[in-house]
Amino acid sequence: MDLTYSAEHQAFRREVLVFLEAHRHAAPKGGGAAQRPSAEAVAWQKLLIAHGYAARTIPKEYGGYGAAPDILKSRIIGEEFARASVPPGLQSQGISMLVPTLLELGTEEQKRRWIGPTIRGEVIWCQGYSEPGSGSDLASLQTRATEDGDDFLINGQKIWTSTAREADMIFCLVRTEPDKAKHDGISYLIFSMKTPGIEVRPLVTMTGHGEFNETFFTDVRVPKSQIVGKRGQGWFVANATLKHERGMLGDPGQLESRFLALAELMRTETAGDGRIMDNPILRDRLLRLQAELAAMKFNGLRVLSASANGGDAGLARLIVKLQACELAHQISALAIDALGELGVLYESSPHLRAHGGWQQAYMFQLGLIIGGGTAQIQKNIIAERGLGMPREPKLATDWGRL
Amino acid sequence: MDFGLSSEQRMLQDAVTRYLSEQSPLGHVRDIAAAATPYSPDVATGLADLGVPGVIIPAEFGGMGLGLLEAALVAEALGFSVAPVHFAGAHVMAPLAILLGGSDSQQRAWLPKLASGAARAAVAVSQAVEGRDGVGVVARDGWLDGTALFVLDAADADLFVVADTTGALHLVAADAPGLTQIPLTTIDKTRSVGELRMTGVKADPLPGGGGRTTRRIIDAGRIMLAADILGAGTAMIEQAVAYAGTRVQFGRPIGSFQAVKHMCAEMAAALEPCRSLVWYAAHAFDHAPDESTLMACHAKSHLSEVGRFVARTSTEVHGGMGFTDLAGLHYWFKRIGLDRQLLGGPELVRNEAARVQGWIAV
Repeated sequence: MDLTYSAEHQAFRREVLVFLEAHRHAAPKGGGAAQRPSAEAVAWQKLLIAHGYAARTIPKEYGGYGAAPDILKSRIIGEEFARASVPPGLQSQGISMLVPTLLELGTEEQKRRWIGPTIRGEVIWCQGYSEPGSGSDLASLQTRATEDGDDFLINGQKIWTSTAREADMIFCLVRTEPDKAKHDGISYLIFSMKTPGIEVRPLVTMTGHGEFNETFFTDVRVPKSQIVGKRGQGWFVANATLKHERGMLGDPGQLESRFLALAELMRTETAGDGRIMDNPILRDRLLRLQAELAAMKFNGLRVLSASANGGDAGLARLIVKLQACELAHQISALAIDALGELGVLYESSPHLRAHGGWQQAYMFQLGLIIGGGTAQIQKNIIAERGLGMPREPKLATDWGRL
Repeated sequence: MDFGLSSEQRMLQDAVTRYLSEQSPLGHVRDIAAAATPYSPDVATGLADLGVPGVIIPAEFGGMGLGLLEAALVAEALGFSVAPVHFAGAHVMAPLAILLGGSDSQQRAWLPKLASGAARAAVAVSQAVEGRDGVGVVARDGWLDGTALFVLDAADADLFVVADTTGALHLVAADAPGLTQIPLTTIDKTRSVGELRMTGVKADPLPGGGGRTTRRIIDAGRIMLAADILGAGTAMIEQAVAYAGTRVQFGRPIGSFQAVKHMCAEMAAALEPCRSLVWYAAHAFDHAPDESTLMACHAKSHLSEVGRFVARTSTEVHGGMGFTDLAGLHYWFKRIGLDRQLLGGPELVRNEAARVQGWIAV
């Protein structure tokens, strides 16, 4: 157990602090949201890449900074940007999911063409995976790509395509080999969202916002060369991408800042005869969440250390998405309960606290519990891969008659 | 930067685990549980050969001179095997009290004997955690009067570390005139808890044994109980997973049914982060004094909650068999139940955690 940083890492931390002091005035106000970034945010991203605080390990020839992977340096960057309340580099599905996939499995031409503009925030991507009939059982997807000369013609429907309205491009799973077993008939295509035959309809969620979309394809023509990996290997390519997504959804740093905001709310807001913190029942719930948060924070350090040492923390890593999403939801639930009647105010109501963010978070975090592999799928993974429990017997299906 | 165990730490834990699996199997635990005293002298002797009684006692007194993290790893191994021996009170809290609060002569008199296992100490600090009507030890002019409950590791003790009503600590020899020892029967037949009644007992105060020392040994004791729950919970999950893999109903191992599989996943998901929390709390006790009380509270309260969930869920995974003495699962269930209540249940401990952070008045 050594929780100190090496001299090299301490020096690196000082470099980050010097950068933040010198450049924080240039940081965009809103930070890196899912929509198309502002000109200011794109400029900030370029500055971060030039200094190695974004796209850090992406090779120089593809537009990145080209540093060797060092998980502790990445963590130091994350910690210091968060502590300074300075927005970090852009976060998007293109950057976190497509770029690592192209690096692993893309052709040289695909890497050169797409990675640079994507990490700079110039090209926005959406993800075409889930379908109305294929959620947890993603491999049953039925969007078809049929051959037509040098092209595929794509027909079908995707759902949960966040940023589809803003996106320039889509990375999309389609069935190219309908006569093969379900995992073997899928290909991973990338194509422009401006291609004729694509229609995007917003999918309004319980928060009242259209964070997601439904995307319809009618005879969408895509050159065969725009496949990533080999034809029929899309399932393997997609799993390389999903691995990157699940890492995104359980960040203990974000949980900690939500918790601190909740504790501050309970210390400062009065209700009845005193501060909310003086209510023993609500206080007990707060402390219970704090202990669980501490456990998740140290679990995160354990996973990080294992990975920095070239190992794998196994069960400690597999449980992160399930536990962290649930904990985030519980933190928001307590904030709403602590506010009592004020907790129901929303949108632009008078007397609103935290801009209505607790209700927004409570609802959105339920979406996160479901999305990116539902809690139930996570439990299957924990039980089967983490504990070695027997799999559910599979029903025989005839994919040739899809 | 490395959040994890060293190879030496793993070797220590493995040695204790291996010894217990060979010398203290469930059959032996059953024998001790059925005996008059919930304490196995044979296992205690074997653990003494491994150095366990001296784990935190400095080498100059014949101990291993290790930290609280190593002690927590031993506690986890003991919980994993529901070992019917002393630990949190006898080998961590008592020596720590003498180290932090004892005079040179008290340290020289007791620490070597405690380190070798030649003498055993029990700890009576329950009233410093939560007072009760009719309970409390009053110190007056060098004499002790009153009653102490929930004395940890009471069986066969040669020495008691006793907190008085001001939180100051005293050493009391087991054969002191005026001292009556009464065993308390608890749900857990693998560990010894007792009561002391004192009428004009000669006290030997620890000169540095004020409130701060009492606070420290309670923190350490709570971390040991949390580690014991971690070990016991780990064993209960292992047993549930193994049972669900072999028990067949409706023509399938029950572990292939999601209803059962998800119970196991929920247990693992809740318990696995607890490992890191216990490690950190034990590490902080020695290396981050500002955080040590808060982390000890978090470890104790959180492990108590998760432990209760695991104890109940593992029993349910075993179906009716889990409810029987035949499976023996109840030894772990009851051990977790005892750990949860001792040195403060989770609600009391969480309130302390709020006070430590200044969130409510002290």
